[in-house]
Amino acid sequence: MLHFLINRLMLLVPVFFGVTLVAFGFIRVLPGDPVEVLAGERGVSPEKHAEILAQLGFDKPLWQQYFSYLGDILQGDLGVSIITNRPVIEEFFELFPATVELATCAIIFALIIGIPAGIIAATKRGTWVDQGIMGLSLTGYSMPIFWWGLLLIILFSNTLGWTPVSGRLSFIFEVDHVTGFMLIDTLLSDEQGSFWSALHHLILPSVVLGTIPLAVIARQTRSAMLEVLSEDYVRTARAKGLSPFRVIAIHALRNALITVVTVIGLQVALLLAGAILTETIFGWPGIGKWIIFSVFSRDYYAVQGGLLLIAVCVMIVNLIVDLLYGFINPRILQQRNKT
Amino acid sequence: MPLLEIVNLTVDFATANGSFRAVDSIDLSIDEREIVAIVGESGSGKSVAMLALMGLLPWTATVSADCIRFDGQDLLGMNDKQRRKIIGKDISMIFQEPMTSLNPCFTIGYQLTEVLCQHFGGRRRSYNNRAVELLQQVGIPAAETRLNAYPHQLSGGMCQRVMIAMMIACQPKLLIADEPTTALDVTIQAQILELLVELQQNNNMALVLITHDMAVVAETAERVVVLYAGWQVEQRSALDLFSNPRHPYTEALLNALPERAQGKLLNAIPGVVPGQLDRPKGCIFNPRCCYVQDLCRQQIPERQEGVLCHYPLELDLKPSRSSQDMVTDS
Amino acid sequence: MKNPTVVSKSLRVQQWREFWFYFSASKTAVAGLIFLIGVVLMALFADVISPHEPAEQYRQFAKVPPAWKDGGQIQFLLGTDYAGRDMWSRIIHGSRLSLLAGCVVVVLSLSIGVLLGLVAGYRGGWLDSLIMRVMDTIMAVPGLLMALVFVAILGPGLLNAMVAIAITYTPSFVRLTRASTLTELNRDYVTASKMAGARPMRLMFISILPNCMAPLIVQGTLSFSTAILDTAALGFLGMGAQAPMPEWGTLIAENRDLMLSAPWTVTFPGIAILLAVLAINLVGDGLRDALDPKLKRS
Repeated sequence: MLHFLINRLMLLVPVFFGVTLVAFGFIRVLPGDPVEVLAGERGVSPEKHAEILAQLGFDKPLWQQYFSYLGDILQGDLGVSIITNRPVIEEFFELFPATVELATCAIIFALIIGIPAGIIAATKRGTWVDQGIMGLSLTGYSMPIFWWGLLLIILFSNTLGWTPVSGRLSFIFEVDHVTGFMLIDTLLSDEQGSFWSALHHLILPSVVLGTIPLAVIARQTRSAMLEVLSEDYVRTARAKGLSPFRVIAIHALRNALITVVTVIGLQVALLLAGAILTETIFGWPGIGKWIIFSVFSRDYYAVQGGLLLIAVCVMIVNLIVDLLYGFINPRILQQRNKT
Repeated sequence: MPLLEIVNLTVDFATANGSFRAVDSIDLSIDEREIVAIVGESGSGKSVAMLALMGLLPWTATVSADCIRFDGQDLLGMNDKQRRKIIGKDISMIFQEPMTSLNPCFTIGYQLTEVLCQHFGGRRRSYNNRAVELLQQVGIPAAETRLNAYPHQLSGGMCQRVMIAMMIACQPKLLIADEPTTALDVTIQAQILELLVELQQNNNMALVLITHDMAVVAETAERVVVLYAGWQVEQRSALDLFSNPRHPYTEALLNALPERAQGKLLNAIPGVVPGQLDRPKGCIFNPRCCYVQDLCRQQIPERQEGVLCHYPLELDLKPSRSSQDMVTDS
Repeated sequence: MKNPTVVSKSLRVQQWREFWFYFSASKTAVAGLIFLIGVVLMALFADVISPHEPAEQYRQFAKVPPAWKDGGQIQFLLGTDYAGRDMWSRIIHGSRLSLLAGCVVVVLSLSIGVLLGLVAGYRGGWLDSLIMRVMDTIMAVPGLLMALVFVAILGPGLLNAMVAIAITYTPSFVRLTRASTLTELNRDYVTASKMAGARPMRLMFISILPNCMAPLIVQGTLSFSTAILDTAALGFLGMGAQAPMPEWGTLIAENRDLMLSAPWTVTFPGIAILLAVLAINLVGDGLRDALDPKLKRS
C-alpha cells in the first residue's frame, strides 16, 4: 500500500510542476504593462517604473523568475492581493472551509439520492419507474445550474419563503470563527438555533451544486448495477436463499460501488467549477466567489494563487479517491501488495 | 413418496421475437439419496429446468407446472419468502463457473458463514468453526487460513470446492450440480465428481447432476433423464439406458461417444439443435433423426414408457455393449 | 467486372441503414434528433422566423409579460425585457450563437485532440509522456476556472470564451484517441499495412483513425452539449458574449435584476438552454447505444 502511495505521488509531481508553469506563465502573458497591471501604478516616472519592475522581479531572465517563483511557492508565499493587501494564501484558507462545506453537502446530497435512484432504476429496468428516473437524471445532467439556482430562489425563497436567499448564516447570530465550517462552528457556539440557520442556508446551494453529480451518479449506479446483477455471484447469492434486499444491498451494491467511486472522484473537479457559479448566485463567501471577484477586479496574484491551490486540491482528492478505490476493491489491493 | 416431484413443468422466455419455450412439459421425480443425471446438448433446457425449480430465472421467464412438491411441501403455492427458507437450505445448487460464482468482494469465510446465518440465525462469528469443518470436508488444505482469502486468490478447482462447501453447509436433502466440472481442468474434474458422490453418500443427499458428458453419467448416475430442445425425450435407469437406449436421440448421443467410434470417425449427429425460429413441425427431433417417418413430420409424439417417440427403438433391435463395458473403457 | 467504388458505396449505404436501425430503436433519441434539427433550422433561418429585430427596443413596451398572461401582447409571444426587446426574437437569434459556440469548440478540441492523441499513441516515448503530462495539467484545473483564467488573459468575449473552453476539452479527446490508437496498433490489419509499406501518416489517418471513430463521435456529441452549457455559464458570469449580444447565458445575466418582477425574462432563455442541451444529450445517448458494439450484441 505504501509503495502504491509513493507511486501515485510520483505521478503527481510532473502535474504539479505543470500547474506551477501555467500559473507562472499566466502572470507573464497578461496583456499590458506589468507595472500598471500588477502594481496598479499609473503614469510613474521611468526611474520609478524600473524600480517597481525590479521589485516585481521582471528584470531578471525568465528561468530565474520561474525558479524564484517556485522558491516562493515552496515557502508558502503566493504573493499579496492588490485589493486587500493581504497574502493570497491567507485569504484562500480563510474562505476555503466555506467551499468545502458546500461541496461536501452537495456530494452527500447527490449520493443519498443518486445511489438509491440508480439501484431502483436498475432493479425496475424497462418499466416506467426506470424511464422516469433516467429521464429526470438526463434532465439534471443537461441543467444550466446558474439558471437552476435562480429558478429555485424564485420558487423557494421568494414565492414560498422557505429558504434564505443568500449567505451562510442569519445575521442575528454571532458565531465565533473556529474551524470555518459553519455547521461545526454553530454547534460549538452557545447561540440557540444557529445550527439550524446554518443548515437552512446550506440547503438550496447544496441542491443546486449537487444536481449534476446526482444525475451522473444515478446513471452510473444504474449501469453498474445492471452489469453486476447479471453476474454469476448474484445468482449464487440468490441460490443461498438470501432476501432480495440483502442480495442487492450487500452482494450487488458492493461490486457496483467500485465503478461508482471512480465516477465520484471525477466529479470533484466539476464540483469546484460548479462552485464558482453556485457561490456567485447564492452570495456564498467561498473560493468560487472570491476567484470571480479577483478576475473582475484584476487581482492577478489572487487568481494565480487560487488557480494553483485549487489544482493542488483536485490532485489531492483524486489521490484519495484512488486509494479508496484500492480499499474497496480487494483484487486491486492484493495486486498492489504483491508489486 | 418421492423427495421431489415435478409434473408438467414448462418454462417460457419472453424475447424480442416473441415467446420462446425453453422447457416443454417435463416430469421428474427424485427419491431420497438418489443420483439422477440430466443429460442434453447445450441449449436443451437442462439448467433452465433446475433454475426454475430454484426460482432463480430472470424476470423474462414464465414458469408453469401442474405440480412441484418437495419433501411434502408444495413449492408452487409458496410465496417468495417461504420459498427462500427452503432454497439454500434443503435444496441447494452449485454452478458451472466457480471463478465467477463467488463474490469477488467478500472473503471465503464471509460467504460461507453468511448462508448459515441466513438459515439458522445467530452471529456470523459463531459459525467460524463450522466453516473450517466444511472446508475440510470438501478437501481444502489449511482451511483456517483460507477463511480470510478472497476468491481470486484461489484456483478454479478450489473455488468449486468452496462453492460445494457453501451449498452443503445447511445439510440439504437435495443438491443440484449444474455442470460442476465443465469449466475445470480434466484432472480436477474427476476429483470434484468423486467429492460430490462421496458427500452424497455421507450426507444422505439426493444429487441431481446436470451434464452433457455421457462418461460422467455412466460413472455416477443411477437414473438418467435425456432432454432435447426442452423436450424430455427419455427417462430410464442408467444401466438400461446405456445398454438399450429407446429414443433415437439417446442412441445417437451414445454413438457419438469416442469409445463407440467406428474406425477413425466419430459418429456425430448431423445438424444442430433447433433454435427459437426454426422449430420443426411434428417431433422436434425429426430433422436429425435417422429413423424418421412421415408421421414424425406431422404429429407431436406421445410419451410411452418414459420415451417420447412415435417409434421407440425395440429392446432387442439394439446391438450394443453393456454399460459396464463402457465404464471400464472410459 | 464490378466497379469497386459502387461496391463500397452500397456497403456504406448498408452501414448507414444498420446504424439507423439501431439508432431509431430509441424513441427518445429520435425525438432529440428531431428537436435538434428544429433548433438548427431556427438558427439558420433566424432572420426569417423571428418577428422582430433582436436588438430593436420598443421603449413603450418594456417588461411586457408573455402573450398568454394578463397584460401580454400577441406581438411579443414570450414577453419583452427591461428595454422592450422581444424575448422570443432574442432567443431565436441566441440559438445561432450557442450552436456556433458548440460547433467551434467541438471542431477545435476534436481536431487538436485527435492529432495529439494519434501522435502520442503512435510515436510513444518522450513525446507521449510530454503530451500526456500537459493534458494531465489541464485536467487538474476545473474546466470553468481554466476558461476563466484564459478569458482573463485574452479579455472577455464570445470568441475568446470558445477558444478557452476548447482548450479545456482537448484532454478528453487526446486520452480517447491515444487509448484507441494503442489498442488498434496491435491489431493485425495495422501490422499488415505496415508490412505493405504504408508510411506513418497514412497509417495514422487512413488505417487507425477510422477505427477509433465511434467513441470520438460519442464524446464529440457530449462535448457539444457541455460546450453550450459552459459558453452560457461564461456569458452569465460576464466573461463570455458581451451584453447586447443575445447569447442565452448573457440574456439571463442581463435580466437577473428583473428575476422577481419579470421572471419570464430569466425563465425562457434558461428553458432554451436546457432543451437544446437535453436534445443533444438524448442524441448522444442514442449514438452511443447504436455505435457501441458491446451493447449491440446483447
